[in-house]
Amino acid sequence: MQAYIVRRVLALIPTLFFASLIVFVTVRMIPGDVIDLMLSQNDIGASKMGREQLEKALGLDQPMWIQYGRWMGAILFHGDFGRSLWQNTPVNEQLLQRLPVTFELGLMALIVGLSVAIPIGVYSAIRQDTPGDYVARSFSILMLAVPSFWLGTMVMVFPSLWWGWSPPIQFVPFSRDPWGNLSQMIIPSIILGCALSAITMRLTRTMMLEVLRQDYIRTAWAKGLGEKLVVARHALRNALIPVVTLIGLQAPLLIGGAVIMEQIFVIPGMGLLLLDAVSQRDYPVITGVFLIVGVAVMCINLIVDLSYGLLDPKVRYR
Amino acid sequence: MTAPLLSVRNLSTRFRTERGTVRAVDGVSFDVAAGETLAIVGESGSGKSVTALSILRLIPDPPGKIEEGEILFEGRDLLKLDDAGIRAIRGDRIAMIFQEPMSSLNPALTVGMQVGEPINLHRKTVWAKALDKAAELLGKVRIPDGRSRLSSYPHQYSGGMRQRVMIAMALACQPQLIIADEPTTALDVTVQAQILALLKELTREANSAMILITHDLGVVARYADRVVVMYGGRIVETAPARQLYKTPRHPYTRGLMASVPRLDGDTDRPLVPIEGQPPDLATLPPGCAFAPRCKEAADRCRSERPPLVESAPNHFSACFFHDRLAS
Ligand SMILES: Nc1ncnc2c1ncn2[C@@H]1O[C@H](COP(=O)(O)OP(=O)(O)OP(=O)(O)O)[C@@H](O)[C@H]1O
Ligand SMILES: [Mg+2]
Repeated sequence: MQAYIVRRVLALIPTLFFASLIVFVTVRMIPGDVIDLMLSQNDIGASKMGREQLEKALGLDQPMWIQYGRWMGAILFHGDFGRSLWQNTPVNEQLLQRLPVTFELGLMALIVGLSVAIPIGVYSAIRQDTPGDYVARSFSILMLAVPSFWLGTMVMVFPSLWWGWSPPIQFVPFSRDPWGNLSQMIIPSIILGCALSAITMRLTRTMMLEVLRQDYIRTAWAKGLGEKLVVARHALRNALIPVVTLIGLQAPLLIGGAVIMEQIFVIPGMGLLLLDAVSQRDYPVITGVFLIVGVAVMCINLIVDLSYGLLDPKVRYR
Repeated sequence: MTAPLLSVRNLSTRFRTERGTVRAVDGVSFDVAAGETLAIVGESGSGKSVTALSILRLIPDPPGKIEEGEILFEGRDLLKLDDAGIRAIRGDRIAMIFQEPMSSLNPALTVGMQVGEPINLHRKTVWAKALDKAAELLGKVRIPDGRSRLSSYPHQYSGGMRQRVMIAMALACQPQLIIADEPTTALDVTVQAQILALLKELTREANSAMILITHDLGVVARYADRVVVMYGGRIVETAPARQLYKTPRHPYTRGLMASVPRLDGDTDRPLVPIEGQPPDLATLPPGCAFAPRCKEAADRCRSERPPLVESAPNHFSACFFHDRLAS
């Protein structure tokens, strides 16, 4: 098991290397150069500097591969993601501030998503073709069809029109006011969680129906077990194995969704940071965010792979 | 005579399929006395499994339904019990062993848990005690090292070993009746004999009755007290095993016998398979279901269904020519 984890982590290194290279090169290919932007905004004293001076000051005059080497070297040897081109603040500081917020949003959305998807998916399967099943399936299709950015916008707009109430947008960190923080995060989490739950719910239902047809379920009935135990003890675990895979595959979707929710609900997480950085072409910030997101997705997938072992005794980590 | 342990009366189970209603079991009646082994034989699709599943009301509904009949177990009609009532019977008073040992055990649960589960459920025993009992049961079915095997999983076992686990599970609550649905069909020939011998020995020891479903008449001769022969969802012949073996009174039974090697007889006798296909239960002919394949069939057999009559003491046959066959 430990050897397996070590090997998996080592295998991440080349993947991360290529990912970082791609990110590094592509952000520099976004149309609109950061120097042009700076020169057009005279307020940072760029008027006094010429294009060459500015490039030199920001280190952008070097060939791309040297820039990459410096950037990677700083990360590897000093854990330093560089400085923001605009604010001249360390990127590390910004990442450290924003990461927990996005993590919280993602985790809450995941919890909401699973606690909606799995019970309803199971219910839908064991009461197949009843009105309850139809309602659950319709909800799932609705959630697939309705984009979460639209739903988020509606939640921002309509309650304030109807009742003069709108979700709080003055962000409070969890450490300062846990309750205020949670009540702010819960709405975007529910919207994002429901969007994620749609596919999970359908898969849970399909897998559950499949498992309930198996011979060992007939064996369980033949022992005299009631429906609750047949479902919870004998069926659920087998049905959830593919569902766990799906959760892993949805990790990028979850992060993408979090970016959108942060934008709509003005939550200062990685998503908002990224959007600002992209519009300003703040390369070190963009690459830093992407690298962290990449590591996060890979970690989620590692956790998913490890959790198979809990569900499926046939899985051996070698 | 005391009342039988199990008395199946006029059982009919149908399946609704796209091709129409399949009469998988049609008016079947038989008795099982306490401690007795009753064999049910017949070709594939003759309704043996459906009969067995109907007894414990395990027919998937839809598409299946027990349309009529009575299943009297210790005087109570199982078909009239409520949900909790039938659950209290399943796994406790009547246990079942299935045909497919590879897929009938739960891949995600330990063997110990699966064997101990009926005890925990029906005897309300705490898990630690139930697992002790499970270890004991594994020893009984000759799985060496039972205690350390409790935490293993089915995929670590061979087919024969899994069937032993199924047997241990069935014996857990010392049921009065064990229904074994082709317990050895999926196993190697050498393992088959071991499993059957074990099953017989353990049921005798526990004084349980057994319904042994098989399509192997050789097995019947060796292990059964009485035999029910099924064809097309109906009983075509039933008799004490020895008697049936000596003088079969239905052409189908004769055909079955000619198609398997006899344990006692001349080894030179050629094996003759029954010609033709088993009937399509959705479109049964009006007369005897076996008539299209029967060498003895007369016109009458194709238009009229022969009733099950007592041809000799305790020997019933559903053939118009049962007497002629015996001579
Ligand atoms: N779930 C089901 N849906 C539809 N028809 C079914 C179902 N189960 C059984 N049947 C029908 O019932 C008939 C009897 O099947 P059954 O399983 O009892 O045969 P069997 O005698 O046990 O055969 P085998 O030796 O192959 O196990 C078959 O013709 C089959 O088509
Ligand atoms: Mg069968």
